[in-house]
Amino acid sequence: MTSAEPASAPSPYSDAAQRDVANHLGMWTLIATEILFFGGLFLAYCVYRGAYPAAFSAGSHRLDFWSGTVNTAVLLTSSLFMALGDAMIRVGRRRGLQVCVTLTAGLGVLFLAIKFSEYREMYAEHLVPGIRYGAAGPPQMQLFLFLYFVMTALHAVHMLVGIGLLGWLLTLNRRGRLSRDRRAPVSMVGLYWHFVDCVWVFLYPLLYLIPR
Amino acid sequence: MSAAPLSEIGGGAGWLPEASSFAPRVDRVFDGLLAASAGMALFLTVLTLVILVRYRRGSAASRKAVRIATWKIETAWIVATTAVFLFFFVQGTSVYLEMRRIPAGIEAINVVGRQWMWDVRYPGGRREFNRLHVRLNTPVRLLLSSEDVIHSFFVPAFRLKQDLVPGKVVEAWFDPTRAGTYMLYCAQYCGTAHAEMTGTVVVLAPDQFAAWEGGRDGGAESGSPGLAGAARGSAIFQKYGCAQCHGDAAGSRAPRLAGVYRGPVRLADGRFVLADDQFLHDAILRAPKCAVAGYAMTMPTYDGVIPEGDVLDLISYIKALPPAPASQVP
Amino acid sequence: MPPLNPPAPPSRGYLSDGTTVASWLCTRDHKRIALLYLFTITFFFLIGASAAALMRWELTRPNGDLMTSDTYNRLFTLHGVVMVWFFLIPSIPAVLGNFVLPLAIGARDVAFPRLNLASWYIFVCGGLIALYAIVVGGVDTGWTFYTPYSSTYSNSNVMVMATGIFVAGFSSIATGLNFIVTVHKLRAPGLTWFRLPLFVWAIYATSIILVLATPVLAITLALMALERGFGVGIFDPKLGGDPLLFQHLFWFYSHPAVYIMILPGMGVVSELVSCFSRKKIFGYKVMAFSILSIAGLGFLVWGHHMFVSSQSVYAGVVFSLLSFLVSVPSAIKVFNWIATLHRGSITFGTPLLYALGFLALFTIGGLTGIFLATLAVDVHLHDTYFVIAHFHYIMVGGGVMAYMGGIHYWWPKISGRMFPEGWARFSAVTIFVGFNLTFFPQFLLGYLGMPRRYHIYPAEFQTLNVISSAGAAVLAVGYLVPLCYLTWSFFHGKDAGPNPWNATGLEWQTPSPPPSHNFEQTPVVTRPPYDYPPL
Repeated sequence: MTSAEPASAPSPYSDAAQRDVANHLGMWTLIATEILFFGGLFLAYCVYRGAYPAAFSAGSHRLDFWSGTVNTAVLLTSSLFMALGDAMIRVGRRRGLQVCVTLTAGLGVLFLAIKFSEYREMYAEHLVPGIRYGAAGPPQMQLFLFLYFVMTALHAVHMLVGIGLLGWLLTLNRRGRLSRDRRAPVSMVGLYWHFVDCVWVFLYPLLYLIPR
Repeated sequence: MSAAPLSEIGGGAGWLPEASSFAPRVDRVFDGLLAASAGMALFLTVLTLVILVRYRRGSAASRKAVRIATWKIETAWIVATTAVFLFFFVQGTSVYLEMRRIPAGIEAINVVGRQWMWDVRYPGGRREFNRLHVRLNTPVRLLLSSEDVIHSFFVPAFRLKQDLVPGKVVEAWFDPTRAGTYMLYCAQYCGTAHAEMTGTVVVLAPDQFAAWEGGRDGGAESGSPGLAGAARGSAIFQKYGCAQCHGDAAGSRAPRLAGVYRGPVRLADGRFVLADDQFLHDAILRAPKCAVAGYAMTMPTYDGVIPEGDVLDLISYIKALPPAPASQVP
Repeated sequence: MPPLNPPAPPSRGYLSDGTTVASWLCTRDHKRIALLYLFTITFFFLIGASAAALMRWELTRPNGDLMTSDTYNRLFTLHGVVMVWFFLIPSIPAVLGNFVLPLAIGARDVAFPRLNLASWYIFVCGGLIALYAIVVGGVDTGWTFYTPYSSTYSNSNVMVMATGIFVAGFSSIATGLNFIVTVHKLRAPGLTWFRLPLFVWAIYATSIILVLATPVLAITLALMALERGFGVGIFDPKLGGDPLLFQHLFWFYSHPAVYIMILPGMGVVSELVSCFSRKKIFGYKVMAFSILSIAGLGFLVWGHHMFVSSQSVYAGVVFSLLSFLVSVPSAIKVFNWIATLHRGSITFGTPLLYALGFLALFTIGGLTGIFLATLAVDVHLHDTYFVIAHFHYIMVGGGVMAYMGGIHYWWPKISGRMFPEGWARFSAVTIFVGFNLTFFPQFLLGYLGMPRRYHIYPAEFQTLNVISSAGAAVLAVGYLVPLCYLTWSFFHGKDAGPNPWNATGLEWQTPSPPPSHNFEQTPVVTRPPYDYPPL
């Protein structure tokens, strides 16, 4: 608070409970916008998959199936730990929360590492449209790979933000600002994390499974 | 690139001729809309002015609440408005369906739009730029394609407009019912000289049209349609190596092309499609999309390699091939 | 003898709470943020209007000899981009919504004050990027960025401009999110949904559209920019991409966007008509449901921008039908406003003049929309000046008139001062006359076949174009005069008092200007909205 700020910077809320409810509604609204954000990409993907099934299948075969599968397991497990962490703080177990959130973030980092190694391999194999592309195959395979990179990269950006939010939770917890009665940030971040996980649950079959 | 003396083109300001068969129908719908809108606007204006005067502060008019229940008033004008709107919807849709139902059996004129000109190719092989000659009272079918960006073929006097979308061949038709010269505009913004991508459509009486057809240059020859285009197409067929797989000496490496136009083709995925202009266009430029059953898909993609005009000439060539004897058709 | 202690000037409420630049740039007060937005969007309005002035000047002659085609193309793109995204979309929501909404529901502030300030910074960021794009040469794709022209062929600064719009979009989303939570969670005790003023309903519905439609625009522009930058097509037909996919994605946002631009205006008009008739709005519940249905149905009609695009006939028929249906609630609203005036007690203050202007111009704009929804007629009128006239009647004749009406109506609350009524009425009438002179001839031009985005045209269209340009000059005067007297009145106008219009609504139950915390005591609501005494 600098001296230049106005004398009164009032909170619009009459109590913490009202603020928590408002924060939750805000998070759900944000998730609604994110659904529309990814929705455009999913639509483009579906349109072109319908038009070029063979090319999309060829493209999907060039992806590393195991990286995608392991990543799915990693992310689902991370969501499990997030839910456990939420359960922990409900009964006031702050240490438990710390452990669970750390594990969640750790698995998130692992997800990104695997993704990064996937990207690197595809770069080596000349499978990155617009940057380094020279693979044999139907021309529309480039479309598939382009959409693959855009969709997974956008997802990865959201993951990064999520990991940042988890770090914030850890800091809050370490400073003693979370407890059984003050746990709204945990459920909000949890909501965001589960949403990002959900997006992946749609991406994985769309990119790795169905076209095969 | 624009036709110069535009003021002598049919239709000075304040009057737009109805020069096609559906123009009067479009205009009747427009007039109906105009009458209804003007009537409504006038009614609402007068009503509002009366209310403003009558109920201004300090006037003696009665301010008692209206006796009719609000829900009745609301229902009445919701129903009335919806009914009027649906009436115009039906009118507009029925004329539109007529505009989109292309009559069968008409020779097509190819129009290629490119920045910033109209490339018109007639069935007789003749070619014009920024000008289209048609015969009075004879339906015309247009096959519209674009070499680069989206354009739009707009002839106000015909009430005709159709976008030219790159990668597609789009059909449109009209029946010119009034002789004259009419403005053609590009109606979809396409870059720097969009405002200069204009032309004219010249509707000629039958004797004048015959004179135009038979005369002058353009390499037009009366006789079998598409001859000049087909002759050019034959050279292109050799130039891009098509003959190596599709020529007579190639054996059964690739589908035979004689008689293929407007016949059924069995695709690799099992579907049957009609080998019309759009199909041939796609098969030449993006062969993998049109892989034919019974053949290995080895034809390269010519998209970006063969210009649009050459594709049309190739199609003319294919159309002009004498049909193969029955035993040779795959 | 002069008094030794002259009376202290009346308190300037939130305006006096900190007078440094930092107190404004670091504020969390929704009222100050509203003024920050007011300042910013007025700046962008002047830029967009200058482009329009240059265009209309060029169009006085048919030969296109005042500027090159490239320049003209960049001007109309600038005009569209700036006016849509940097003026109209934020106008009523970010200025009047930010200022009035918390007051109207009896709250101390919006739900997320810091997010509110962040939204302004994001908006400024996007605006600076867009300005940079203009300064380094502009864009020539039109505000609609159709592919493949924008993604492959254009030689202009598409990516920079697309980035500016992309960034500004997040400002819209943040504002919408903030308003949704505010309306849901911060209403004063007793303020049930059906006691809300219609302005609040309108802002709420607009916020839903902001939050759901803007992300689609963001991803569409991103894909277009990626295609341009990396040469990989999803809209490029040379790679099997589909230019029509861009149009579908673009209009899926941009049609609801026009409702973002008009719904708040409708909310404002309800407030003005009710106050200046001293009468509650006729058919309040129908009005509220109309607002919601316009917002909902507005998501289903985007294909009416694509009737001649080569989309299927069936799609065309469906979109035409839905477009007719979405027009019904708008028509109903016009009837209800007139019915509100009926048997009221009407005074002709400036806000009402703007509301009446809205009624006339929005009605004409809406009726011409019916022409465009009619398939066969749209084939002829699409991409002509008829469409330009139609949307200017709605967005300027409707939206901007409502914005001006709202600014004047709430000006006493915002500034604590009254504006000079004589000049204000003069401006309102000047705008109305200038507007009609400018845009009515364009309906005729469109029917006669003059296409959009043309600066070279057949000589026979010149007369109508000259009339239109003359009207634009009158319109410019109409807009410049309020800029002067409103600024003047902010510092020197007469004191307004808490409720100079004697209006209902919680925002009038607090001093003008309000203190930073809005209300000394949270109001409790027990009466329906527009609770004027019987006449």
